[in-house]
Amino acid sequence: MSETGKLFKEGLWDQNVVFAQMLALCPTMAVTTSGTNGLGMGLATTAVLVVSNVLVSLIRKTVSDQVRIPVFVVLIATLVTVVDMAINAWLHDLYKVLGLFIALIVVNCAILGRAEAYAVKNGVWVSAVDGLAMGLGFTGALVVIGLIREFLGAGTLFAQASQLLGPAFSFLEVQVPHYGGALLMILPPGAFAVLGFLLAGKRILDRRLEARAAAAPEDSTPAVA
Amino acid sequence: MNLDAIRDKLGYQPLLLGIFGLLASGALAVVSNAAGPAIVAAEAKDLRDSLADVLPAGLADNDFLNDTVDVDRDGKTVTIYRARHGSDLKAVLFKVAERGYSGEIQVLMAVDPAGKILGVRVLKHSETPGLGDKIEAKKSDWVHAFAGKSLGEPAADKWAVKKDNGVFDQFAGATITPRAVVRAVKGGLQFFATRKQEITGQGA
Repeated sequence: MSETGKLFKEGLWDQNVVFAQMLALCPTMAVTTSGTNGLGMGLATTAVLVVSNVLVSLIRKTVSDQVRIPVFVVLIATLVTVVDMAINAWLHDLYKVLGLFIALIVVNCAILGRAEAYAVKNGVWVSAVDGLAMGLGFTGALVVIGLIREFLGAGTLFAQASQLLGPAFSFLEVQVPHYGGALLMILPPGAFAVLGFLLAGKRILDRRLEARAAAAPEDSTPAVA
Repeated sequence: MNLDAIRDKLGYQPLLLGIFGLLASGALAVVSNAAGPAIVAAEAKDLRDSLADVLPAGLADNDFLNDTVDVDRDGKTVTIYRARHGSDLKAVLFKVAERGYSGEIQVLMAVDPAGKILGVRVLKHSETPGLGDKIEAKKSDWVHAFAGKSLGEPAADKWAVKKDNGVFDQFAGATITPRAVVRAVKGGLQFFATRKQEITGQGA
Protein backbone atom coordinates (compact mmCIF):
# COMPACT_ATOMS: atom_id res chain seq x y z
CA MET A 1 0.00 0.00 0.00
CA SER A 2 1.27 3.47 -0.82
CA GLU A 3 2.35 5.82 1.97
CA THR A 4 -0.67 8.07 1.31
CA GLY A 5 -3.08 5.15 1.38
CA LYS A 6 -1.54 3.89 4.60
CA LEU A 7 -1.87 7.33 6.21
CA PHE A 8 -5.54 7.50 5.27
CA LYS A 9 -6.22 4.00 6.57
CA GLU A 10 -4.55 4.93 9.87
CA GLY A 11 -6.28 8.29 10.16
CA LEU A 12 -9.74 7.04 9.30
CA TRP A 13 -9.71 3.74 11.15
CA ASP A 14 -6.61 2.13 12.71
CA GLN A 15 -5.36 5.24 14.52
CA ASN A 16 -8.60 7.24 14.52
CA VAL A 17 -8.17 10.23 16.84
CA VAL A 18 -11.33 9.51 18.84
CA PHE A 19 -11.95 5.79 18.47
CA ALA A 20 -8.36 4.50 18.63
CA GLN A 21 -6.10 7.19 20.11
CA MET A 22 -8.86 8.37 22.48
CA LEU A 23 -7.60 11.92 22.15
CA ALA A 24 -9.65 15.12 22.01
CA LEU A 25 -12.51 13.56 23.94
CA CYS A 26 -13.41 16.84 25.62
CA PRO A 27 -14.36 18.73 22.42
CA THR A 28 -15.82 15.50 21.08
CA MET A 29 -18.33 15.18 23.88
CA ALA A 30 -19.01 18.89 24.13
CA VAL A 31 -19.95 19.67 20.54
CA THR A 32 -21.61 16.50 19.30
CA THR A 33 -25.14 17.50 20.23
CA SER A 34 -25.98 17.39 16.52
CA GLY A 35 -24.49 16.07 13.31
CA THR A 36 -24.06 19.59 11.98
CA ASN A 37 -22.10 20.71 15.03
CA GLY A 38 -19.84 17.67 14.72
CA LEU A 39 -19.25 18.40 11.05
CA GLY A 40 -18.41 22.05 11.73
CA MET A 41 -15.96 21.24 14.52
CA GLY A 42 -14.42 18.42 12.46
CA LEU A 43 -13.81 20.55 9.38
CA ALA A 44 -12.38 23.46 11.37
CA THR A 45 -10.06 21.06 13.21
CA THR A 46 -8.99 19.41 9.97
CA ALA A 47 -7.95 22.75 8.48
CA VAL A 48 -5.92 23.66 11.56
CA LEU A 49 -4.40 20.18 11.74
CA VAL A 50 -3.14 20.28 8.14
CA VAL A 51 -1.59 23.75 8.53
CA SER A 52 -0.05 22.98 11.91
CA ASN A 53 1.44 19.71 10.63
CA VAL A 54 2.97 21.54 7.65
CA LEU A 55 4.43 24.30 9.84
CA VAL A 56 5.81 21.86 12.42
CA SER A 57 7.34 19.76 9.66
CA LEU A 58 8.93 22.85 8.11
CA ILE A 59 10.66 23.90 11.33
CA ARG A 60 11.43 20.39 12.62
CA LYS A 61 15.15 20.67 11.83
CA THR A 62 15.55 24.10 13.43
CA VAL A 63 13.79 23.30 16.68
CA SER A 64 15.81 21.43 19.27
CA ASP A 65 14.28 18.64 21.31
CA GLN A 66 14.53 20.54 24.57
CA VAL A 67 12.23 23.39 23.58
CA ARG A 68 10.07 21.76 20.93
CA ILE A 69 6.91 21.49 23.08
CA PRO A 70 6.72 25.19 24.03
CA VAL A 71 7.52 26.14 20.44
CA PHE A 72 4.74 23.92 19.09
CA VAL A 73 2.28 25.21 21.68
CA VAL A 74 3.05 28.82 20.72
CA LEU A 75 2.76 27.92 17.05
CA ILE A 76 -0.59 26.15 17.38
CA ALA A 77 -2.09 28.79 19.67
CA THR A 78 -1.05 31.51 17.24
CA LEU A 79 -2.44 29.59 14.30
CA VAL A 80 -5.81 29.02 15.95
CA THR A 81 -6.07 32.65 17.00
CA VAL A 82 -5.23 33.84 13.48
CA VAL A 83 -7.84 31.50 11.99
CA ASP A 84 -10.38 32.67 14.58
CA MET A 85 -9.82 36.35 13.79
CA ALA A 86 -9.72 35.82 10.02
CA ILE A 87 -13.01 33.90 9.94
CA ASN A 88 -14.63 36.41 12.27
CA ALA A 89 -13.60 39.28 10.01
CA TRP A 90 -14.08 37.94 6.51
CA LEU A 91 -16.47 34.99 6.82
CA HIS A 92 -18.65 36.36 9.56
CA ASP A 93 -21.73 34.24 8.80
CA LEU A 94 -19.65 31.10 9.07
CA TYR A 95 -18.16 32.45 12.28
CA LYS A 96 -21.59 32.72 13.87
CA VAL A 97 -21.99 28.96 13.37
CA LEU A 98 -18.38 27.85 13.97
CA GLY A 99 -17.16 30.57 16.30
CA LEU A 100 -17.71 28.52 19.40
CA PHE A 101 -15.67 25.61 18.07
CA ILE A 102 -12.65 27.45 16.74
CA ALA A 103 -11.52 28.62 20.15
CA LEU A 104 -11.96 25.05 21.40
CA ILE A 105 -9.44 23.75 18.85
CA VAL A 106 -6.63 25.30 20.84
CA VAL A 107 -7.24 22.81 23.65
CA ASN A 108 -7.54 19.91 21.24
CA CYS A 109 -4.63 17.69 22.18
CA ALA A 110 -4.90 15.82 18.88
CA ILE A 111 -3.19 18.76 17.16
CA LEU A 112 -0.14 18.72 19.43
CA GLY A 113 -0.34 14.93 19.39
CA ARG A 114 0.09 14.77 15.61
CA ALA A 115 2.84 17.39 15.70
CA GLU A 116 4.72 15.26 18.21
CA ALA A 117 3.94 11.84 16.81
CA TYR A 118 4.27 12.51 13.11
CA ALA A 119 5.07 15.95 11.73
CA VAL A 120 8.25 16.40 13.75
CA LYS A 121 9.74 13.25 12.21
CA ASN A 122 8.46 13.46 8.64
CA GLY A 123 8.55 15.59 5.52
CA VAL A 124 6.18 18.41 4.69
CA TRP A 125 4.06 16.62 2.09
CA VAL A 126 3.39 13.44 4.08
CA SER A 127 2.76 15.52 7.19
CA ALA A 128 0.07 17.46 5.33
CA VAL A 129 -1.50 14.18 4.19
CA ASP A 130 -1.31 12.85 7.74
CA GLY A 131 -3.04 15.99 9.04
CA LEU A 132 -5.77 15.65 6.42
CA ALA A 133 -6.31 11.95 7.12
CA MET A 134 -6.37 12.41 10.90
CA GLY A 135 -8.67 15.40 10.54
CA LEU A 136 -11.10 13.54 8.32
CA GLY A 137 -11.09 10.61 10.74
CA PHE A 138 -11.88 13.03 13.56
CA THR A 139 -14.62 14.66 11.47
CA GLY A 140 -16.13 11.27 10.68
CA ALA A 141 -16.15 10.28 14.35
CA LEU A 142 -17.78 13.55 15.40
CA VAL A 143 -20.43 13.33 12.69
CA VAL A 144 -21.30 9.75 13.60
CA ILE A 145 -21.57 10.52 17.34
CA GLY A 146 -23.45 13.75 16.60
CA LEU A 147 -25.93 12.06 14.28
CA ILE A 148 -26.69 9.26 16.73
CA ARG A 149 -27.20 11.68 19.62
CA GLU A 150 -29.27 14.03 17.50
CA PHE A 151 -31.42 11.24 16.10
CA LEU A 152 -32.15 9.68 19.49
CA GLY A 153 -32.28 12.92 21.42
CA ALA A 154 -34.14 15.33 19.16
CA GLY A 155 -35.51 13.17 16.33
CA THR A 156 -33.67 15.14 13.64
CA LEU A 157 -30.67 14.58 11.39
CA PHE A 158 -28.31 17.38 10.33
CA ALA A 159 -30.62 20.06 11.75
CA GLN A 160 -29.50 23.53 10.59
CA ALA A 161 -26.99 22.06 8.13
CA SER A 162 -27.95 24.76 5.64
CA GLN A 163 -26.68 27.41 8.08
CA LEU A 164 -23.26 25.80 8.01
CA LEU A 165 -22.97 24.60 4.42
CA GLY A 166 -25.29 26.95 2.56
CA PRO A 167 -28.95 26.65 1.48
CA ALA A 168 -28.05 24.06 -1.18
CA PHE A 169 -27.54 21.49 1.58
CA SER A 170 -30.95 21.86 3.20
CA PHE A 171 -31.89 18.47 1.70
CA LEU A 172 -29.70 16.89 4.40
CA GLU A 173 -32.03 18.04 7.14
CA VAL A 174 -34.37 15.28 8.24
CA GLN A 175 -37.08 15.46 10.87
CA VAL A 176 -38.50 12.25 12.28
CA PRO A 177 -42.27 12.76 12.55
CA HIS A 178 -44.08 12.18 15.86
CA TYR A 179 -40.91 11.73 17.90
CA GLY A 180 -40.18 14.13 20.72
CA GLY A 181 -36.73 12.78 21.43
CA ALA A 182 -35.04 11.39 24.51
CA LEU A 183 -33.44 14.49 25.94
CA LEU A 184 -30.83 12.51 27.85
CA MET A 185 -28.97 11.78 24.63
CA ILE A 186 -28.40 15.49 23.99
CA LEU A 187 -27.19 16.03 27.54
CA PRO A 188 -23.65 15.00 28.60
CA PRO A 189 -24.59 11.42 29.68
CA GLY A 190 -25.71 10.76 26.12
CA ALA A 191 -22.24 11.62 24.87
CA PHE A 192 -20.62 9.12 27.23
CA ALA A 193 -23.12 6.40 26.38
CA VAL A 194 -22.86 6.79 22.59
CA LEU A 195 -19.07 7.02 22.68
CA GLY A 196 -18.90 3.92 24.88
CA PHE A 197 -21.11 1.85 22.57
CA LEU A 198 -19.21 2.99 19.48
CA LEU A 199 -15.87 2.14 21.08
CA ALA A 200 -17.13 -1.29 22.05
CA GLY A 201 -18.49 -1.80 18.53
CA LYS A 202 -15.17 -0.89 16.95
CA ARG A 203 -13.29 -3.26 19.27
CA ILE A 204 -15.59 -6.15 18.37
CA LEU A 205 -15.30 -5.40 14.67
CA ASP A 206 -11.50 -5.14 14.87
CA ARG A 207 -11.30 -8.46 16.73
CA ARG A 208 -13.48 -10.17 14.12
CA LEU A 209 -11.34 -8.77 11.30
CA GLU A 210 -8.20 -9.93 13.07
CA ALA A 211 -9.60 -13.40 13.59
CA ARG A 212 -10.62 -13.63 9.94
CA ALA A 213 -7.19 -12.46 8.76
CA ALA A 214 -5.52 -15.05 10.98
CA ALA A 215 -7.83 -17.82 9.81
CA ALA A 216 -7.34 -17.01 6.11
CA PRO A 217 -5.09 -19.49 4.29
CA GLU A 218 -1.54 -18.34 3.76
CA ASP A 219 -1.53 -18.60 -0.02
CA SER A 220 -4.58 -16.36 -0.57
CA THR A 221 -2.76 -13.26 0.66
CA PRO A 222 0.30 -12.01 -1.17
CA ALA A 223 3.50 -12.11 0.84
CA VAL A 224 4.24 -8.79 2.45
CA ALA A 225 7.72 -7.82 3.46
CA MET B 1 27.40 27.05 9.95
CA ASN B 2 26.45 23.58 11.02
CA LEU B 3 22.99 23.52 12.57
CA ASP B 4 23.51 20.21 14.34
CA ALA B 5 26.55 21.54 16.14
CA ILE B 6 24.95 24.66 17.58
CA ARG B 7 21.55 23.14 18.32
CA ASP B 8 22.63 21.67 21.63
CA LYS B 9 24.36 24.81 22.85
CA LEU B 10 22.72 26.34 25.93
CA GLY B 11 22.16 29.73 24.33
CA TYR B 12 20.32 28.27 21.38
CA GLN B 13 17.20 27.21 23.31
CA PRO B 14 16.17 30.56 24.83
CA LEU B 15 17.07 32.34 21.61
CA LEU B 16 14.88 29.99 19.61
CA LEU B 17 11.96 30.35 22.02
CA GLY B 18 12.37 34.12 21.96
CA ILE B 19 12.39 34.22 18.17
CA PHE B 20 9.25 32.11 17.96
CA GLY B 21 7.55 34.24 20.59
CA LEU B 22 8.40 37.35 18.59
CA LEU B 23 7.25 35.82 15.32
CA ALA B 24 3.99 34.66 16.90
CA SER B 25 3.20 38.04 18.45
CA GLY B 26 4.18 39.74 15.19
CA ALA B 27 1.82 37.51 13.22
CA LEU B 28 -0.98 38.15 15.72
CA ALA B 29 -0.42 41.90 15.59
CA VAL B 30 -0.53 41.93 11.79
CA VAL B 31 -3.70 39.81 11.59
CA SER B 32 -5.38 41.70 14.43
CA ASN B 33 -4.65 44.98 12.65
CA ALA B 34 -5.89 43.72 9.32
CA ALA B 35 -9.00 41.99 10.68
CA GLY B 36 -9.93 44.47 13.40
CA PRO B 37 -12.03 46.92 11.35
CA ALA B 38 -13.83 44.08 9.56
CA ILE B 39 -14.66 42.41 12.89
CA VAL B 40 -16.00 45.66 14.35
CA ALA B 41 -18.10 46.22 11.22
CA ALA B 42 -19.45 42.66 11.27
CA GLU B 43 -20.35 42.89 14.96
CA ALA B 44 -22.06 46.23 14.40
CA LYS B 45 -24.09 44.65 11.62
CA ASP B 46 -25.04 41.76 13.93
CA LEU B 47 -26.16 44.24 16.57
CA ARG B 48 -28.14 46.26 14.02
CA ASP B 49 -29.82 43.08 12.76
CA SER B 50 -30.81 41.96 16.23
CA LEU B 51 -32.04 45.44 17.15
CA ALA B 52 -34.05 45.67 13.94
CA ASP B 53 -35.47 42.22 14.67
CA VAL B 54 -37.03 43.39 17.93
CA LEU B 55 -38.60 46.50 16.44
CA PRO B 56 -41.79 46.22 14.40
CA ALA B 57 -40.98 46.82 10.73
CA GLY B 58 -41.13 50.42 9.56
CA LEU B 59 -41.32 51.85 13.07
CA ALA B 60 -38.07 53.77 12.91
CA ASP B 61 -36.09 55.40 10.13
CA ASN B 62 -33.02 56.66 11.98
CA ASP B 63 -29.62 55.09 12.44
CA PHE B 64 -30.38 53.99 15.99
CA LEU B 65 -27.02 52.30 16.31
CA ASN B 66 -25.45 55.74 16.56
CA ASP B 67 -28.23 57.41 18.53
CA THR B 68 -27.27 56.14 21.95
CA VAL B 69 -27.02 57.26 25.52
CA ASP B 70 -25.30 55.51 28.41
CA VAL B 71 -27.35 55.23 31.58
CA ASP B 72 -26.03 53.92 34.86
CA ARG B 73 -27.93 50.97 36.34
CA ASP B 74 -26.77 49.86 39.79
CA GLY B 75 -23.19 50.69 38.98
CA LYS B 76 -23.23 49.14 35.50
CA THR B 77 -23.45 51.12 32.30
CA VAL B 78 -26.36 50.26 30.03
CA THR B 79 -26.27 51.51 26.46
CA ILE B 80 -29.67 52.73 25.31
CA TYR B 81 -30.38 52.80 21.58
CA ARG B 82 -33.08 55.25 20.52
CA ALA B 83 -35.24 54.48 17.52
CA ARG B 84 -36.93 57.48 15.96
CA HIS B 85 -39.21 58.17 13.07
CA GLY B 86 -38.42 61.67 11.92
CA SER B 87 -37.87 63.49 15.22
CA ASP B 88 -40.40 61.44 17.21
CA LEU B 89 -38.93 58.95 19.66
CA LYS B 90 -40.63 55.65 18.86
CA ALA B 91 -38.75 53.19 21.05
CA VAL B 92 -35.70 52.65 23.19
CA LEU B 93 -33.75 49.39 23.07
CA PHE B 94 -31.46 48.06 25.74
CA LYS B 95 -30.02 44.83 27.06
CA VAL B 96 -30.82 43.26 30.40
CA ALA B 97 -29.31 40.14 31.92
CA GLU B 98 -30.36 37.66 34.55
CA ARG B 99 -28.91 34.44 35.87
CA GLY B 100 -30.67 31.44 34.38
CA TYR B 101 -30.33 27.73 35.03
CA SER B 102 -26.76 27.68 33.72
CA GLY B 103 -25.07 31.00 33.31
CA GLU B 104 -26.30 34.40 32.34
CA ILE B 105 -29.18 34.98 29.96
CA GLN B 106 -28.83 38.15 27.90
CA VAL B 107 -32.08 39.69 26.77
CA LEU B 108 -32.62 42.57 24.38
CA MET B 109 -35.84 44.49 24.82
CA ALA B 110 -37.56 47.31 22.95
CA VAL B 111 -39.84 49.63 24.95
CA ASP B 112 -41.96 52.46 23.58
CA PRO B 113 -41.91 55.89 25.30
CA ALA B 114 -45.07 55.02 27.25
CA GLY B 115 -43.37 51.98 28.79
CA LYS B 116 -45.04 49.29 26.68
CA ILE B 117 -42.93 46.42 25.41
CA LEU B 118 -42.57 46.26 21.63
CA GLY B 119 -40.47 43.15 21.52
CA VAL B 120 -38.09 40.91 23.46
CA ARG B 121 -35.34 38.64 22.15
CA VAL B 122 -32.85 36.42 23.91
CA LEU B 123 -29.40 37.30 22.59
CA LYS B 124 -27.23 34.83 24.42
CA HIS B 125 -27.79 31.98 26.83
CA SER B 126 -26.39 28.59 27.75
CA GLU B 127 -29.57 26.89 28.92
CA THR B 128 -30.21 23.19 28.42
CA PRO B 129 -30.74 22.34 24.74
CA GLY B 130 -34.22 20.95 24.20
CA LEU B 131 -35.57 22.34 27.48
CA GLY B 132 -34.53 25.86 28.31
CA ASP B 133 -33.68 26.93 24.78
CA LYS B 134 -37.35 27.45 23.95
CA ILE B 135 -36.74 31.05 25.01
CA GLU B 136 -35.08 31.54 21.60
CA ALA B 137 -37.39 33.11 19.05
CA LYS B 138 -36.37 30.61 16.38
CA LYS B 139 -37.19 27.58 18.53
CA SER B 140 -40.51 28.65 20.02
CA ASP B 141 -42.77 31.70 19.98
CA TRP B 142 -42.80 31.88 23.78
CA VAL B 143 -40.77 35.09 23.86
CA HIS B 144 -43.38 36.91 21.74
CA ALA B 145 -45.77 36.78 24.71
CA PHE B 146 -43.99 39.83 26.13
CA ALA B 147 -45.00 42.14 23.27
CA GLY B 148 -47.69 44.60 24.36
CA LYS B 149 -47.09 44.07 28.08
CA SER B 150 -46.12 46.86 30.44
CA LEU B 151 -45.54 47.34 34.16
CA GLY B 152 -49.24 47.84 34.91
CA GLU B 153 -50.47 45.27 32.43
CA PRO B 154 -50.38 42.62 33.81
CA ALA B 155 -50.29 43.79 37.45
CA ALA B 156 -46.94 43.64 39.22
CA ASP B 157 -47.69 40.38 41.08
CA LYS B 158 -48.74 38.72 37.82
CA TRP B 159 -45.31 39.37 36.26
CA ALA B 160 -44.28 35.77 36.82
CA VAL B 161 -44.62 32.33 35.29
CA LYS B 162 -47.90 30.48 35.80
CA LYS B 163 -46.41 28.23 38.44
CA ASP B 164 -45.82 31.37 40.54
CA ASN B 165 -49.41 32.55 39.85
CA GLY B 166 -48.29 34.79 37.02
CA VAL B 167 -49.42 35.05 33.41
CA PHE B 168 -46.41 33.67 31.51
CA ASP B 169 -46.14 30.04 30.46
CA GLN B 170 -43.33 27.90 31.71
CA PHE B 171 -41.98 24.90 29.80
CA ALA B 172 -42.43 21.32 30.85
CA GLY B 173 -39.30 20.46 32.79
CA ALA B 174 -37.87 23.97 32.79
CA THR B 175 -39.21 26.59 35.15
CA ILE B 176 -36.02 28.33 36.17
CA THR B 177 -35.21 29.52 32.65
CA PRO B 178 -38.51 31.28 31.82
CA ARG B 179 -38.64 32.60 35.38
CA ALA B 180 -35.25 34.25 34.83
CA VAL B 181 -36.32 35.78 31.54
CA VAL B 182 -39.54 37.15 33.06
CA ARG B 183 -37.53 38.61 35.93
CA ALA B 184 -35.04 40.17 33.51
CA VAL B 185 -37.78 41.81 31.44
CA LYS B 186 -39.65 43.04 34.51
CA GLY B 187 -36.40 44.47 35.87
CA GLY B 188 -35.82 46.18 32.54
CA LEU B 189 -39.25 47.82 32.68
CA GLN B 190 -38.63 49.03 36.23
CA PHE B 191 -35.28 50.40 35.13
CA PHE B 192 -37.05 52.22 32.30
CA ALA B 193 -39.70 53.59 34.64
CA THR B 194 -37.29 54.94 37.25
CA ARG B 195 -34.79 56.44 34.78
CA LYS B 196 -37.24 57.43 32.07
CA GLN B 197 -36.01 61.00 31.76
CA GLU B 198 -32.39 59.99 31.18
CA ILE B 199 -33.31 57.10 28.91
CA THR B 200 -35.64 58.95 26.61
CA GLY B 201 -33.90 62.30 26.89
CA GLN B 202 -37.31 63.94 27.23
CA GLY B 203 -39.00 65.73 30.09
CA ALA B 204 -40.97 63.53 32.41
